Amino acid sequence: MNILQTIPLNHYIMLSALLFSIGAMGVLLRRNAIILLMCVELMLNAVNLLFAAFSVHHADGGGQVMVIFIMTVAAAEVAVGLAIIVMMFRKAGTTDINLFDTLKW
Amino acid sequence: MILLLIPLFPLFGFLINGWLNKSMPKGLVGWVASLSVLASFGISVYLFIQLLSGANEFQFTVFDWMAAGSFQVDFGFMVDRLTAIMLLVVTGVGFLIHVYSIGYMNDDEDYPRFMAYMNLFVFFMLLLVLGDNFIMMFAGWEGVGLCSYLLIGFWFKNDNYNEAANKAFIMNRIGDLGFLLGLFLIYQTFGSFNFKEVMGMASTYPRYDSTITAITLLLFVGAMGKSAQIPLYTWLPDAMAGPTPVSALIHAATMVTAGVYMVVRSNVLYALAPFSSEFVAVIGLATALFAATIGLKQNDIKKVLAYSTVSQLGYMFVAAGVGAYSTAIFHLVTHAFFKALLFLCSGSVIHAMYGEQDIRNMGGLKKYLPITHLTFLIGTLAISGVPVFAGFFSKDEILAMTYSHSFLMFTLLAFGSVITAVYMFRLYWLTFYGEFRGTKHQLEHLHESPKVMTVPLMVLAVLSAVGGFIGLPEIFHAPHFLYNFLEPVAAGAGHHVSHTFEYVLIFTSIVVLAIIIYSTRNYYVVKGTLPESDAEEKGIARILSRKYFVDELYAMLFRKPLDVISGLGYRFVELGIITKTVDGIQEGINTAANGLRYLQTGRAGSYLFIMVIGFLALMIYAIIL
Amino acid sequence: MTLTVFYLLSALSVFSGLMVVLSRKAVHSVLYLVFCFFTIAGHYLMLNAQFLAAVHVIVYAGAIMVLFLFVIMMLNLNLAAEAQKTPWIKISAVILSGLMLLVLVASVKGAEELSAAQPQNDIGLVKNIGNILFDKYLLPFELISLLLLSAMVGAVLMGRKEPQPQNE
Repeated sequence: MNILQTIPLNHYIMLSALLFSIGAMGVLLRRNAIILLMCVELMLNAVNLLFAAFSVHHADGGGQVMVIFIMTVAAAEVAVGLAIIVMMFRKAGTTDINLFDTLKW
Repeated sequence: MILLLIPLFPLFGFLINGWLNKSMPKGLVGWVASLSVLASFGISVYLFIQLLSGANEFQFTVFDWMAAGSFQVDFGFMVDRLTAIMLLVVTGVGFLIHVYSIGYMNDDEDYPRFMAYMNLFVFFMLLLVLGDNFIMMFAGWEGVGLCSYLLIGFWFKNDNYNEAANKAFIMNRIGDLGFLLGLFLIYQTFGSFNFKEVMGMASTYPRYDSTITAITLLLFVGAMGKSAQIPLYTWLPDAMAGPTPVSALIHAATMVTAGVYMVVRSNVLYALAPFSSEFVAVIGLATALFAATIGLKQNDIKKVLAYSTVSQLGYMFVAAGVGAYSTAIFHLVTHAFFKALLFLCSGSVIHAMYGEQDIRNMGGLKKYLPITHLTFLIGTLAISGVPVFAGFFSKDEILAMTYSHSFLMFTLLAFGSVITAVYMFRLYWLTFYGEFRGTKHQLEHLHESPKVMTVPLMVLAVLSAVGGFIGLPEIFHAPHFLYNFLEPVAAGAGHHVSHTFEYVLIFTSIVVLAIIIYSTRNYYVVKGTLPESDAEEKGIARILSRKYFVDELYAMLFRKPLDVISGLGYRFVELGIITKTVDGIQEGINTAANGLRYLQTGRAGSYLFIMVIGFLALMIYAIIL
Repeated sequence: MTLTVFYLLSALSVFSGLMVVLSRKAVHSVLYLVFCFFTIAGHYLMLNAQFLAAVHVIVYAGAIMVLFLFVIMMLNLNLAAEAQKTPWIKISAVILSGLMLLVLVASVKGAEELSAAQPQNDIGLVKNIGNILFDKYLLPFELISLLLLSAMVGAVLMGRKEPQPQNE
């Protein structure tokens, strides 16, 4: 039984677009660097879901391999990102991105 | 091949002295410079003897200088009889002046630089006379102009001297423009710059041809600048700012005669253009009189000589203008001798007087400077045209030639020689006779110059005394050596005058000169009259001593309008348009940047916003299109 | 039946995603995100991608989110109330993300639908994924291991305490 015979591919596209937009909204809305990082994770997962759906749709395992790669990149990103946030917190005592505004003229 | 060596020696001298400069032993500098010129002189003598014994000319092309399509200029040397005479004058007199400079400039801190410039000048002067085409001549012409500029402004720490140097350079530019235009016209007409080709082709043109007239007039404009003729003469008196050997070498003996050389060199062209020749003669005559009258009232020893030079150059142009080309060269040669001598003597006087140049502060120098006095006297006798001395023969010949051309010109020119004698003897009496009028310090240290300076004086004095014998008039039944020698290159120089006229001329000049010498001696020595100070002068004397206000006139006619125009240009074009535009651009960018600066907040949040907006814009663009 | 399950899972994903963004407290956000990841793992299972679902739960929910939670607790961020953005910025953020959704959907709407391939139910198995990974994607796989290594070194380097200068 193939799931895609009962659930159209369009549904998956809509779902991942919705999740991606929610993630983007979080990035724009919040000021806490950790929440921002989490929202990025959410956006990455929206893409992952789409990869998996297409992989099944085309009967090609490459899409799922790509998901594994993305997960690895996300893990690396989180490791480095959180290290930076810890550093920031140690220096400034906050994780509010708007207070780190010395990177200008 | 040997021709190449002539300019190369002074060039090497320049390179050695210029390069090593102060690291050379001081004694060596002067001898390197002098001997390099002496070597050129030796070769010149050798060539001269070759020419005497029948050779016609020497030609040597070093390399193709410029070639573009049919346009070709060779870097070629040529020595014909005219060049040979010029070579002897330039290297011979040049050598003596170099030796003199060793003594005169020895105490100057920039002595090696001076000697290097002098050698460079000789190199360019030789290039000028040796070139076998107009472009070579022009190259030398510009080169000597450059050296003149460098040497006038040699003591560049004095602003007035720099201004004098600038004046000389700018005045010469005006003349050079005319020369250059003449060269263009020559190329357009004849398609060549080579002297021989141009002259060969020109001889097929008819007399009164308008193109030839235009060419000769333009060339003469160049000569006006270089040889200090009206209206471009004002730079030469100011050029006395340079050291005295420079005045002797450049502004009396050699460079300023380049214009005469050029006219004589192009004599074929001038013979075809009677109008231009007449123009040359008139300008020469006017300059001769004009400068001589100014010379009457100058009190600076070098200024008198400078105006005298301008005046004598006028004589040469009169000779060239009436078609007596060999006479012009004759006077050029004798003038080189006695004017170099006079300048060097004045240098010796100035040297003894610690830089004093005003004759009102001299007087009675005869017993302190015996050699200088004697040689100066010979120079004065020569330039005044006392018989047997060099100037007599050449000036006499000019007068004779002018007489057969036009009586009016002859009268004016004769009057001019009277004035010449007057101002020269005025200078002589005031400097060497009467009471000493200088300071006590100067009196105590009055001294004759060292041998290295007096020996050149004596050599030049001998030349000034006997130099005239190269061109004896017909009545002496001796061959006119110079005329015969120059005949192949400067033809058409033979105007024969009646023997009676010659006798009358000689007799009259002797009588007139005797009167002048007696009366000036009476006026300045016996009565002890002194020139009044600048403030007391009035009437004609004031006009003369202020040089007819020509400098002021030029300032009013050319400088003031230029000042006004450039002032307007500065205010409206520079400030109004250019500055506003440039500043406007800068201000616009500044304002825009100030506005845009707020985009760069440094906050990651706002950057994210902008990023998302950009991403959306791109997506929308992709979907719509 | 499957459609109903899909809708249910989707609704839960969207809801928990929204809560991640909207929660005031960081710890709540993390917990909602963990929940969201579980629903996504459910989606993977429905797509017959069993290996992916397992890895997803282990890596994301088990490792990454625990790391987040750990950092939040270490920095004690829950106590400090997060500074809020101004209302204007909030409204524009919502509008912008809505616009983004619109654009994404619009870009898909115009697209031509591809016909599905012959269904294969076993591509999500460990054996098949492994074959593809070590055959076709061997070099990227090795490179990604290098990336992980360098990220680990970087994180350790940045996370350690700076040695205090001795004499000052």
